[in-house]
Amino acid sequence: MRTILSVLLGVIAVTTAPPALAALNVFACEPEWGALVTELGGDKVSVYVATTGRQDPHQIQARPSLIAQARKADLTVCTGAELEIGWMPMVERSAANARIQPGAPGAFEAASHVRLLEIPARLDRAEGDIHASGNPHIQTDPRNILTVAKPLSDKLAELDPANAAYYDNRHADFVHRWTQALQRWQAEAAPLKGVPVAVQHKSWVYFFDWTGLREIVALEPKPGIPPSSGYLAQVLEQVRREPVKMVIRAAYEDPRPSEFLSEQAKIPAVELPFTVGGTDGAGDLFSLYDDTLHRLLEALGHDSSKP
Amino acid sequence: MNTTRFVIAACAAIGALSCPGTGFAASDQELKEIQQQIQALKSEYEEKIKSLEARLEAAEQAARAAEAKAAAAQTGVAAATPPPAPPPPAQPVAPAAAGAFNPAISAVLLGTFGQFSRNPDKARIPGFELGPDAGAGERGFSLNESEVDLAANIDQALYGSLVIALQPDNTVNVEEGYLQTTSLPWGFTVKAGRFFSGIGYLNEQHIHAWDFVDAPLPYRALLNTQYGDDGGQVRWLAPTDWFLEFGGEAFRGDAFPAANGPGHGKGAGSLFVHSGGDIGESSSWLAGLSYLQTRAGDRVTGADVFSGRDHIGIASLVYKWAPQGNPTQRNLILTGEFFHGLEEGTFDGNRFDQWRDGWYLQGVYQFMPRWRIGFRHDELDSDRLAGVFAGGTLDNLGHVPRRNTALLEFDTSEFARFRLQYTRDDADLTTDDEVLLTYNVTYGPHGAHRF
Repeated sequence: MRTILSVLLGVIAVTTAPPALAALNVFACEPEWGALVTELGGDKVSVYVATTGRQDPHQIQARPSLIAQARKADLTVCTGAELEIGWMPMVERSAANARIQPGAPGAFEAASHVRLLEIPARLDRAEGDIHASGNPHIQTDPRNILTVAKPLSDKLAELDPANAAYYDNRHADFVHRWTQALQRWQAEAAPLKGVPVAVQHKSWVYFFDWTGLREIVALEPKPGIPPSSGYLAQVLEQVRREPVKMVIRAAYEDPRPSEFLSEQAKIPAVELPFTVGGTDGAGDLFSLYDDTLHRLLEALGHDSSKP
Repeated sequence: MNTTRFVIAACAAIGALSCPGTGFAASDQELKEIQQQIQALKSEYEEKIKSLEARLEAAEQAARAAEAKAAAAQTGVAAATPPPAPPPPAQPVAPAAAGAFNPAISAVLLGTFGQFSRNPDKARIPGFELGPDAGAGERGFSLNESEVDLAANIDQALYGSLVIALQPDNTVNVEEGYLQTTSLPWGFTVKAGRFFSGIGYLNEQHIHAWDFVDAPLPYRALLNTQYGDDGGQVRWLAPTDWFLEFGGEAFRGDAFPAANGPGHGKGAGSLFVHSGGDIGESSSWLAGLSYLQTRAGDRVTGADVFSGRDHIGIASLVYKWAPQGNPTQRNLILTGEFFHGLEEGTFDGNRFDQWRDGWYLQGVYQFMPRWRIGFRHDELDSDRLAGVFAGGTLDNLGHVPRRNTALLEFDTSEFARFRLQYTRDDADLTTDDEVLLTYNVTYGPHGAHRF
């Protein structure tokens, strides 16, 4: 018994030895926030990203691995606005970690720092899987990344005051690079203004707000409800009356509905990364928007925009 | 000030109207006074709202004018250099009403239509004495358990959960009612109240969260479907990269297989360890080892009386797979648990000890969104007792109780599941064919996707 115990304690001691001298353990709910924390925190943070670009952030389970990582986190960086409501509350409660409980200094929600769109006037599950505080997919507008970067950088400095100047410098550098990139993207995105499109899920309202693309129809009858073939036929009718240039889906979504519409309506179906790692081209925060714009412009026939 | 007065008056009025028979009897004069107050407040508020509306109107006009000006200015600037237009600053969102602090209230409805070739009221499992909730099911239409859940953070250190179960025979019982710490240091969590024990895998989950309609045989025969009681629990989550958790519990000792704990100065306790992690991007697992010891004094099941101890060990393994970790399209859940138990003491006045084993293995596969199929095999085994026990409840008659179950499920959303389940039930000596058709819906705030 005693030997078993000492072996067990030994194993725990070995596996819990700090791997590096990173000051802050950060648990990022989605890849875009993981990437942003890495941009702002550099080698002073050790980032664990809970989901990948190939996963639907609504449909995650409170897996044992997530609980174990949340246990040692100093900071969680999540979208909020109920995007993670199906799993984060469970992870937080099971993680036995006072630092990251809701309302604690170590719980950061990006959505509480930006203006949310599509706040539902009617809260009813008959409207599908809606979010009471508004559409949570804020990362599709790169201006929101800039808005979130400041409070996130302040948060890092608050939790790790010894490196406050470091975080401040990195933030200033990030703002400089991001502002330049924004100007480039705005110029590139000019041909997208006013272009009518169909979407699979209502994930793109912030992106459309930025680029001026116009959403004509969504393939999901209600948010989160997969379309039936009957409903797709209705969408096809509508698209014939009100033509769209393309149909857009996030990388984690089922390709079949948008490919059906693409074939029937003879329009391109465009898979967009949606977040960092969603496509091979979207390896970091900057290339996420490069790749997104490139794919859309290519579908429009603007090949000259290739980076 | 005014608001407080209004709230108090309104509450008093509501209280007076809605509970006339509960001992709150306001005199006529008091009522009149309250009505007058409400009337006065109402007119006061109407005036205020009117003035606010007027101010809002004025403000909106000003805003429109400003917007037009800004737009005109921007077109001029945009021609020169297109600056990135930052989104407007965040608006702090304040909770609108006192109701914002209400706990999350959700309701679960379960309804069943059952067809059994043999009368389920007479169902028994040779070799096992069954607890009060371990029946085989109900014939025809029946309301299964309906549940009301109330859960919220109590303060910065505690979380509370109350689950009220409404039984089909119109009785109400507290299924779970506990508080749990959220902010203890070093990875500890303490729970106190009434709750389902953390032993095994299915035990802690509520009936509506199970993949099949009913409990597997070992849960039914050894734990009266689910083991829960009044008590306390301590868990420690190890600071490891993979999930490793230890837990221990002490219980009052009133729930089968324990009985009459306090009356006899006895109780029940458990120890468990859970571990889990991911295998690559697509797979994850959770394993557990649990031990439960219960003591019973004069426990009555049917016509039998038992006093003594039960020891139950459980090994559990759950494996989940989804392509690239995205379960929305397709996913697979495999669950298996093995029970090894010993019951010792006196049964109807005769000393005995008996080993009992049980296991089940089940798989549920979602082959396209909203559709799932499943298969389960469950089985029990026990020492055959002879002598004074021959032909009695504990004599297994040389029979191995087992069942095979197939499941088809259709979901209108993740909140509503419709199941058709067929079981070939050889728990008793003669085969029973069972068909269960159920609905299983949850409404209210979005619940958790637990593993």
